[in-house]
Amino acid sequence: MTTTTLSQEGQHEAHPKHNLTGFIIFLCSESVIFLAFFSGYALLKTSALNWLPAGVDGLEWRTPLVNTVVLVSSSGTIALAEHFKGRENMALFRGFWLLSMAMGAYFLYGQAVEWSGLKFGFTSGTFGGTFYLLTGFHGLHVATGIFLMGLMLIKSFIPGNYSGGEQGVQATSLFWHFVDVIWIVLFLLIYVWQ
Amino acid sequence: MTIATFPPEPKPEPGWSRYFGFCTDAKVIGIQYIVTAFFFFLIGGLLAMVIRGELITPQSDLVDRAVYNGIYTMHGTIMLFLFIFPVLNGLNNLLIPTMIGAPDMAFPRLNAVAFWLVPIFGFLLMASFLVPGGPAYSGWWSYPPVSIQNPVGHFINGQGLWITAVALSGVSSIMGAINFVTTILRMRAPGMTITRMPVYCWTALAAQSLQLIGLPALTGGAIMLLMDLSFGTSFYRAEGGGDPVLYQHFFWFYSHPAVYVIILPVFGIFSELFPVYSRKPLFGYLYVALASFIIVGLGLIVWVHHIFPSGVAQWMRNLFMVTTMLIAVPTGVKVFAWLGTLWGGKIRLTTPMLFSLGGLFNFVFAGITGVMLATVPVDIHVSNTYFVVGHFHYVIYGAAVMGIFAAIYHWFPKFTGRMPYEGLGKLHCLLTFIGANLNFLPMHPLGLMGMPRRVSSYDPEFTFWNVIASLGAFLLGVSIIPFLLNMVSSWIRGPKATHNPWNAIGLEWLLPSPPPEDNFGEEVPTVISRPYGYGTGEPLVEHQAEIERRLELQEAAA
Repeated sequence: MTTTTLSQEGQHEAHPKHNLTGFIIFLCSESVIFLAFFSGYALLKTSALNWLPAGVDGLEWRTPLVNTVVLVSSSGTIALAEHFKGRENMALFRGFWLLSMAMGAYFLYGQAVEWSGLKFGFTSGTFGGTFYLLTGFHGLHVATGIFLMGLMLIKSFIPGNYSGGEQGVQATSLFWHFVDVIWIVLFLLIYVWQ
Repeated sequence: MTIATFPPEPKPEPGWSRYFGFCTDAKVIGIQYIVTAFFFFLIGGLLAMVIRGELITPQSDLVDRAVYNGIYTMHGTIMLFLFIFPVLNGLNNLLIPTMIGAPDMAFPRLNAVAFWLVPIFGFLLMASFLVPGGPAYSGWWSYPPVSIQNPVGHFINGQGLWITAVALSGVSSIMGAINFVTTILRMRAPGMTITRMPVYCWTALAAQSLQLIGLPALTGGAIMLLMDLSFGTSFYRAEGGGDPVLYQHFFWFYSHPAVYVIILPVFGIFSELFPVYSRKPLFGYLYVALASFIIVGLGLIVWVHHIFPSGVAQWMRNLFMVTTMLIAVPTGVKVFAWLGTLWGGKIRLTTPMLFSLGGLFNFVFAGITGVMLATVPVDIHVSNTYFVVGHFHYVIYGAAVMGIFAAIYHWFPKFTGRMPYEGLGKLHCLLTFIGANLNFLPMHPLGLMGMPRRVSSYDPEFTFWNVIASLGAFLLGVSIIPFLLNMVSSWIRGPKATHNPWNAIGLEWLLPSPPPEDNFGEEVPTVISRPYGYGTGEPLVEHQAEIERRLELQEAAA
């Protein structure tokens, strides 16, 4: 029987064992928002008379492809980081963790560069609207992921913090894989399917 | 396990102040939810009285037409997002941990945050009465193009506040759902396998799973609505290439299952109460429990029946007509199981039992009109008429709210330690049952005759049924008086309740009334049999006789 602990002021606190369960449930639920946006995008695109706004002839896909490769590989580096944490090699854990953060930051930078070079805006019909909504909402998740990773990196310097089944690292890494998978679908939908 | 120190020595009652602060105890949060919900229930009810007051005459004479649009929009929004969801989350908070023997929810702090969001978005929604242009007026569905007009031109407007409030409500509900699901999956008492879990927990699990799957779709749709309204995009703006029907899909993908989020826990309440008050085990426990999940599965693929007239392809209409009608099968399984439970039982007509029976009666009626509405030709004929309004008020007030009242009377002694007064309770039940039927039954003939919903004036030929409906509504308004009187007076000075005043079987009835702050604490009894062992003489937990003896000793000493 697992219990929540009763602290002195009579306030209840969560048992850390449940955190990961709760977080996985949250991710499943969060994926439905993306599913809603994706299906909305597909519906608007297939039923549109003029999908592209005047003067726009599709999206350039080379820069986003580089971005994609960087983001997807960061899923590998974060897995490596977790692997080294399991072996209690904190130096390599922090190294790969920081590398994953840097790759995430590069992705955001690439996205910003792409946005600034585009000839259409958020209000340029449903094409512009869905493009910025999808990439923006995903970018917000990438930024959140980087923030969470930063938080976990700082926490790793607290002595003994990762010895007792700390689940923050696992949850952050799951979140990062989630953000990656969403991006792959998004890339296929927006850049490949033109 | 040991039961060396169970039940714990009664501690002095903690002060009232914790009900007004950020408290992480699920039992306090549960009561906070329920009281807040009834505060908003009174506001939403007052708006309903204004609506029925307007409709008692064919002319538009009580309120301005534009104001009337705002009033029915806010009535629906308040009743759903500020009354019925919070009151059910309140019951979940009280019942889930005590029924499964957990000391609290899995994430107590998240739980408190989820609750405190309710008054915040409630305040936001109320504030929309004060902004220029008044509150949202596009109905609780908020369909574009009406909902993406901003005639006043202010960035802060009623519709914008409505969308923000609904989005915050979604955040609060998701936090709640994560908490309830994790708690049910991970914190059950030893020996309580999933097939030994009370049906209320099954239905709560089913309902909260629906929240997790459906709600994000509405949130996504609402984000796009806000963008269209405030930032000039054209997701739903036909003139900009958008599609207004897309919003209808997002909205009903969640809002149809939302009805199951409401009614499933009420099925759970019926399944808990009928065995207690007919002294028989629940008929077909496993089928009743599993039917909840069949309703979840089917409930996710029926939403298009709300938009049959919105230019939907014929094959889609046929498909969704069939799926909608299929829902009647698992629901029918439940209804027959309850009838089987009642059959030949030793029935005690207490207030909670009367409310459950009334709720069941109204639910069966609503189920029949539901199947009628699923039929494409009938649906198109009565679309946007009072027939639809009558149908869902039977479900929501006739069945769900009556079930919620049943639950409140049934578990009131457990969580307050006081007995509610039976006389006032029965009066409340009688007025509710008569009021609801008088109010909502006339809406069916009105709808079949073609009276459209959401109008403040109507053809004089509809007067007769409208007057009856309005009188029924005022009776419902009056029915709340004995309820409030009962709750307040019995909580303050009602007779002390024992640990098990109804002779019910369940972990929550093996706790003192009111339960200590961490329920069973470290000494959770091991469950050794299925729930609802009425008349079988089989104990629910190990050392049951000893636990009950100690509870009785403690009560005798007090």
